[in-house]
Amino acid sequence: MFGPLVVKPIKSKGDKTGAWRIKLRPKYLQKDCIACKMCVLICPEACVRGKEKNTYNCDYNYCKGCGLCAAVCPKKDILMFEEEFAGDKK
Amino acid sequence: MKELLEGSRAVAEAVKLCKPGVISAYPITPQTHIVEELAQMVASGELDSQFINVESEHSAASVVLGAVATGVRAFTATSSQGLLYMGEVVFNIAGMRLPLVMTCANRAISAPINIWNDQQDSISLRDAGWIQLYAENNQEVVDFHLMGYRISEDKSMMLPVMVCMDGFILTHGMEMVDMPEQEKVGIFLPPYQPLYKLDPAFPISMGLLADPDYYMETRFAIKETLKDALQFIPKVALEFKNIFGRDYKDCLVEEYHTKDAEKVIVAMGSVCGTIKEVVDEFRKKGKKIGLLRIISFRPFPYQRVYEILKDIPRVAVLDKSVSLGAYSPLAIEIKAAFAGKKKAPQAISSFVAGLGGRDITPESIKDILRKLTQKEIDLEFIDLKPELLKESYGD
Amino acid sequence: METDTLFKPGHTACAGCGQAIGAKLVIESAGPNTIVVNNTGCLEVFSAKYPESAWNVPWIHSLFENAAAVASGVEAALIYLGKKANTNVIAQGGDGSTADIGLQALSGMLERGHDILYVCYDNEAYMNTGVQRSGLTPFSSATTTSPVGAKSFGNIRPKKPMPEIALAHGIPYMATCSSAFMQDIQRKIKKALSIKGPKYIQMHVPCPLGWRHESELTLQVAKLAVETGLYPIVEYENGVLISKGEITPKPVEEYLKVQGRFKHLLTNPEAIKQIQDIADYNIQKYGLKKEG
Repeated sequence: MFGPLVVKPIKSKGDKTGAWRIKLRPKYLQKDCIACKMCVLICPEACVRGKEKNTYNCDYNYCKGCGLCAAVCPKKDILMFEEEFAGDKK
Repeated sequence: MKELLEGSRAVAEAVKLCKPGVISAYPITPQTHIVEELAQMVASGELDSQFINVESEHSAASVVLGAVATGVRAFTATSSQGLLYMGEVVFNIAGMRLPLVMTCANRAISAPINIWNDQQDSISLRDAGWIQLYAENNQEVVDFHLMGYRISEDKSMMLPVMVCMDGFILTHGMEMVDMPEQEKVGIFLPPYQPLYKLDPAFPISMGLLADPDYYMETRFAIKETLKDALQFIPKVALEFKNIFGRDYKDCLVEEYHTKDAEKVIVAMGSVCGTIKEVVDEFRKKGKKIGLLRIISFRPFPYQRVYEILKDIPRVAVLDKSVSLGAYSPLAIEIKAAFAGKKKAPQAISSFVAGLGGRDITPESIKDILRKLTQKEIDLEFIDLKPELLKESYGD
Repeated sequence: METDTLFKPGHTACAGCGQAIGAKLVIESAGPNTIVVNNTGCLEVFSAKYPESAWNVPWIHSLFENAAAVASGVEAALIYLGKKANTNVIAQGGDGSTADIGLQALSGMLERGHDILYVCYDNEAYMNTGVQRSGLTPFSSATTTSPVGAKSFGNIRPKKPMPEIALAHGIPYMATCSSAFMQDIQRKIKKALSIKGPKYIQMHVPCPLGWRHESELTLQVAKLAVETGLYPIVEYENGVLISKGEITPKPVEEYLKVQGRFKHLLTNPEAIKQIQDIADYNIQKYGLKKEG
């Protein structure tokens, strides 16, 4: 007899940590993006994806609203909005 | 083939037969000869294994943990302070259900520092989730290592095994040992097939945090598996007998003239050799004395003990360790075997002897038998020197 | 959303966690043929709580202080299996499990010459247990066990020189880096893994909770630590300094004033001077000042 000991990767992506956002959420404007991928690199949640210019966005299921993607974006193409005023609700 | 071997050499030969891929150890008396022999075998190319010299027992246990988690059979050995120092890893290995065999060359615990034999070290880790087998002689030491891997790695068990051998008495003692043949070992002990392992081809996470929703089941599972081990160890002993010819019966206990005995001594390890001599001497004189030797201290064979001792009038339990502030460890178990039962010995008296390497002589055993009357003795130290207790300080 | 990453979303690190940025970059740079051995600490707790795991590579946690030793066993097993050549082994932990309780195991791993990369995520205190002082807590930092009071202005000792201690083992590669300089992390991880033998990388990772700054300041705070000279970015190969993060030094106040853990110093010019001395010493020692 065993018990809960080992986790296979299929079980990950569990907690929907997007529920943690209380103040701000990022908005990816997708206007001046140069696909430098700094937002992808810095995101502590590993929840930013994109391929070409102006295609980057984060997964709001996991985004905790830390604001680091907006802070790192060299083109100011990611802005932080009050959670209730966010224009792009998914 | 029978050979005259030092106990430590015999262990090394047995381990070599089991072909561990990783060996890691840190030196501590009286374990040293075991790992020196293995290091030499690896150095000379006799044994294909990674021998990792670490900076502490904590790391020795951690290295073998990592090796087994990667799917490779491993071995380590230690004693005394070393076992305590690796204590949290010892618990960890069982908690992660990683099969392993470790030799404990039993030695006293500091303070005062003392390099000689008793069983306080392994007894102190009795709650770690390991199977603990106590050997009487070096033939058993060899055979228990083979059986240890077979038991440990079975998919129904996946728990580590500690082979406990009395320091110096067995580790440094020369005895005739019948070394198993490699071919037969190959039949008895198949290559290690892990249930899960660290492998990039199939990534898993091991050693996760388990909160109150998950922790208890891991402990319950080990408890249940150890209960199953009481059935499984005898099966392995039978397989062993069929291949190698040596019969350890159920390999949980050994009965020596217990059937009609009026007095039985219960003990573990090499002291049972001395007790057997005394039993033989008394039996020649027509006195009905017997020995019940506990081989498997964990899991503890309560039912077997009950059946063997229930009609014995007087039982003496001889411990080579203490549980300070309580009854001594083996006595606790023997008494527990009769809790709430209809039948029980009139007296289960508890004796402690041989701590820190003090000789347990035939006279010590006879002293115990003399003191084993109808009046139950809670806990008595044998061969104590009262004059040494007169030291006083601070006046 | 893609799901084929090696460090997955859904973990429970605090918002803006510097260690989460670092750990993600380390494993994504190392690639899928990597086995990770993790000490106990924030990273282990927030990334691997049953039944969830953020790790899409083989990952093991044993105890607080033994990742370096467990990794040694993993590496030995891979050698025995003939699989070491195409498998990376990374051991990792926080500053406490690396420089304090795990220093012995780490030293053993470095000295024995195992082909393992050890990564220390340095957030400068025991954050997992509630911000207690470690051997890598900086001078004058307020923690829960080096608090500020009438007779105390925080931690009384400077950081243990862990990079130098690692380097003194004669290892082929040692580098420091910062979660503010992400491409630098990627480059150093790849470089380290291209070298056989024991490697040590120490990464400065802000902890918004423990350092008491807003989550969006993680980047700025980490940058300032480097730009003031308080966290020198250096890279050594075979004992030789091969790269360094050159700076136009900023005064240390700029770094101190954005964090609650140093707030008590802002009215204490003497203490600020002592911290400036540490930065100046670093700048001189490694030649960090940009020419011209």
